[in-house]
Amino acid sequence: MSVAVDRDATFLASVRQIAEEVAAAHAEDVDRNARFPAETVMALRDERLMSAFIPSELGGGGVSFAALAAACRELGRRCGASAMVFAMHQIQVVTIARHLEDAPWFEAYLRSVAEQQRLIASVTSEVGTGGDMGRSIAAVTPGEDGGCSFEKQAPTVSYGAHADDLLTTLRRAPDAEPGDQVVVLTRREQATLEQTGTWDPLGMRGTCSPGYVVRAEFMPEQVLPTPFPKVSVESMVPVSHILWSHLWLGIASDAFDRARAFVRAAAKRTPGETPPAAQRLSHLMSELSLLRAEVDSALHEFLDASEEPGRERLSTIAAALRFNNLKIAASEQAPRVCQGAMGVCGIMGFKNDTPFSIGRHLRDTMSASLMVANERIHHTNASLLLIAKDV
Amino acid sequence: MNEEIRSILRDHARLPMDVDRLAVESDLYQAGMTSHASVNVMLALEDHFDVEFPDRMLTRSVFESIASIAMSLEELHVGAAA
Repeated sequence: MSVAVDRDATFLASVRQIAEEVAAAHAEDVDRNARFPAETVMALRDERLMSAFIPSELGGGGVSFAALAAACRELGRRCGASAMVFAMHQIQVVTIARHLEDAPWFEAYLRSVAEQQRLIASVTSEVGTGGDMGRSIAAVTPGEDGGCSFEKQAPTVSYGAHADDLLTTLRRAPDAEPGDQVVVLTRREQATLEQTGTWDPLGMRGTCSPGYVVRAEFMPEQVLPTPFPKVSVESMVPVSHILWSHLWLGIASDAFDRARAFVRAAAKRTPGETPPAAQRLSHLMSELSLLRAEVDSALHEFLDASEEPGRERLSTIAAALRFNNLKIAASEQAPRVCQGAMGVCGIMGFKNDTPFSIGRHLRDTMSASLMVANERIHHTNASLLLIAKDV
Repeated sequence: MNEEIRSILRDHARLPMDVDRLAVESDLYQAGMTSHASVNVMLALEDHFDVEFPDRMLTRSVFESIASIAMSLEELHVGAAA
């Protein structure tokens, strides 16, 4: 146990150092130029943190999921885009690691992620599905030589041009129903990406997520044995919502810290008087603590449910509602905190070049309610609420 | 009981195929039942058999086939004569 605790502590210390020294130093340039946070990813690779969650017997760092979530929060405090790239890569790693089922190809693949610090992107959304990840149009298509191929129109692939490998959802076969999905992992040399759009968004600019037509050829053993619907409810959806909400919490926490620094500076100028902004800061603190409480409790519920044999609780409708609510609540609360912080800092927060600038934080967190649109999640919840009992 | 389940699936599962052609063990999700349709199937089963599925039973695996639905109803003491 104490070995595991030490491992987590060492991991988090490295992440914090990279966040402070590398991610923070380049965050403004990454944002301004909508460019990939290459320095952060290189530093994470140098410290072998891309494989932090991979079990040590497969060459990874063997850290806990809770430590991984905390790492997303720490990176989020310094550079939202770096944190999102890290989080999305780890979502793919966690998903594969939790559904290995002793598949030799995937075990060998995780070893190669650890050895080469490979970066995995996901191709889960698709043009024509209305944002529903539970349906696919593109399919695993068997070839004549025993191999397989696919062609998928993806409206966005985060850091697609910078990824080593791709995790793609597809229909199981050309004649499969839209919901009969599998997960396919392809290596860079097996896939081509043809960019279909531009990338000049309001926030999370460094994630570099334009659309692509993705084409790949691969072998049947590169299909994850567990069907995607099970992978989705037990891992991909809750893990995504937990890691994203941790990084949104990180961004909001830094916005709050900047507002606090602003109020302290004002208080020092007028000794003996509480600056008017101090009261607004107090209001803001209660908003931030709501966000933190929601993020923390969802993490612990996930950890508890994951320890149960068979992970049955994670596949219940009650669990789906729980982690959908985390996504909705955190994605709405994080930009609210950032906007409140800007209200505290006033023009000093509105300007892009002060120590109290909140613009990037606000813009980055505004992406939260769009990545898997909240209205789509409400649509799902509305249906699940008809049948769920104790929610 | 299987016939009653089939009848509910016919009305609510919105499968792109004839429900009578499904084996009792066939995977309904693979056959094209969406999660939205599955909620309507659950509601119709509760109504028809006058039961309430507790949260622990509201999982994908419980509703993935006619056989698994029948088993869950038996667990809720819906007899074969129901």
